[in-house]
Formats: sequence, structure tokens, C-alpha cells
Amino acid sequence: MKFGIVINEGPYQHQASDSAYLFCKAALEKGHEIFRVFFYHDGVNNASRLTEPPQDDRNIVARWSKLAEEHKVDLVVCVAAALRRGIKDENLAPGFRISGLGQLVEAGIQADRLVTFGD
Amino acid sequence: MSDIKKFMFVNRKAPYGTIYALESLEVVLITAAFDQDVSLAFLDDGIYQLRKGQQTKGIETKNFSPTYRALDGYDIEKLYVEKESLEARGLSEDDLLVDVIVLPRAEMGELMDQQDVVLSF
Repeated sequence: MKFGIVINEGPYQHQASDSAYLFCKAALEKGHEIFRVFFYHDGVNNASRLTEPPQDDRNIVARWSKLAEEHKVDLVVCVAAALRRGIKDENLAPGFRISGLGQLVEAGIQADRLVTFGD
Repeated sequence: MSDIKKFMFVNRKAPYGTIYALESLEVVLITAAFDQDVSLAFLDDGIYQLRKGQQTKGIETKNFSPTYRALDGYDIEKLYVEKESLEARGLSEDDLLVDVIVLPRAEMGELMDQQDVVLSF
């Protein structure tokens, strides 16, 4: 199955990004396709390469970057939501790209299921 | 893109306590620009997004409620409000700033079931 993923919450504050990551990993392991992960609302904060969690905690941002590199997952950050929150190309973590809301709509159209993580 | 899917946006939160309602509207407008079949549902405190007479000067926040009136111009005419949510808040259709279709909870559920994509904000 082809999945589109939407993440609406920031890292560490909320479990949305963790759950979405584990969902993507499990889906890929089962041979499904992740068409795109779209970051919206505070979810755009998952793309900040300035994030520095304590050594003994998971690195949520790096984990997404690694998933993008290993499985060619398309990580898209909403431009309007990103600019509001100070996320720009210069502080974007590897594997993420900034684009418009059309990418979310396209994911809804192309994917068999669009799954939202957030409140 | 020739595929047309049924997109429903489910709005459950009050307009100014969080940014969900405002950013939801942004997706709604883009989805309409992609010529998709768009409908909006208002449940729980999401009802307050459509309340007449919003004044936001005191909280120094932009009043975006006029945008709901403009949806018509984007061919977005399917606005559904859950009857139980409306009644629980002591409101009626007359308190809302746009024309809506009021549906009981069970029918709202059926409508959601018919959608291809449901985005909840």
C-alpha cells in the first residue's frame, strides 16, 4: 500500500513524530511505500538541524534524516508554517525539503491512505 | 492532475487558542485550487470558528473569520455542523456567519465514511 503521512506536532513535546516514525519504519519493513511525509503546524520543528537532545535520548530529527537517506522517503516541510516558526533552508536537517501545501494535497490524491499524526 | 478525491476537513478546535484552525483554512483553500471535492465539518469547539461577531483586537491576533465567508468564491459550499456540538454550546444556526448544513452526529459519521481523505485539525 502507498501511504502519505502528515505530522502536525513538534518533536519531544508530543508523541506524534515518534509514532509517525515508528509507523513509517514498520510499513517499510512490511514492503509498503511511503509516498511522502508532510510536516505541518508545529510539525515543521522536526526539520531543524539545530536540535540537540541529551546524549541518552533519541535524536528525532537525525532519525528522520536517516530514514530519508536509507529509504528515499520524501520529507516535505510546509513553507508558510516553517517561516512562521523560523525554519529555513539554512537550518534544515539533511533529507528535508521546504515546499508548499500543494505537496500535502498531492499526497492525499496519490496515496492509498493519508495518515495524520497529531492532536 | 485528473484524479478527484473527496477531501473532508474536520475542525474541532476553537479559533484562537491554537493555530490549527487558521492553518487548516490554508489547506482548505489550496485543496480547492487543486479542483478536489472539498467539504468542511465543524464539531466540538470547532463550532466557535464560525461564530458571528468575532473581535480579536484585545488578544492582538488576526481575525480570520471573514475567510469563511469567502469560501463560497472558491466553490467550497459544503459546510457541515454537528447538531449536538451546536446545542451543547447553546448556539443555533443564526449565531453562525455562514450558511451551513446541520447534521446529527450519526449522519456526520456516515458522511465521514464516504470520504477518500479526512484531515482533522
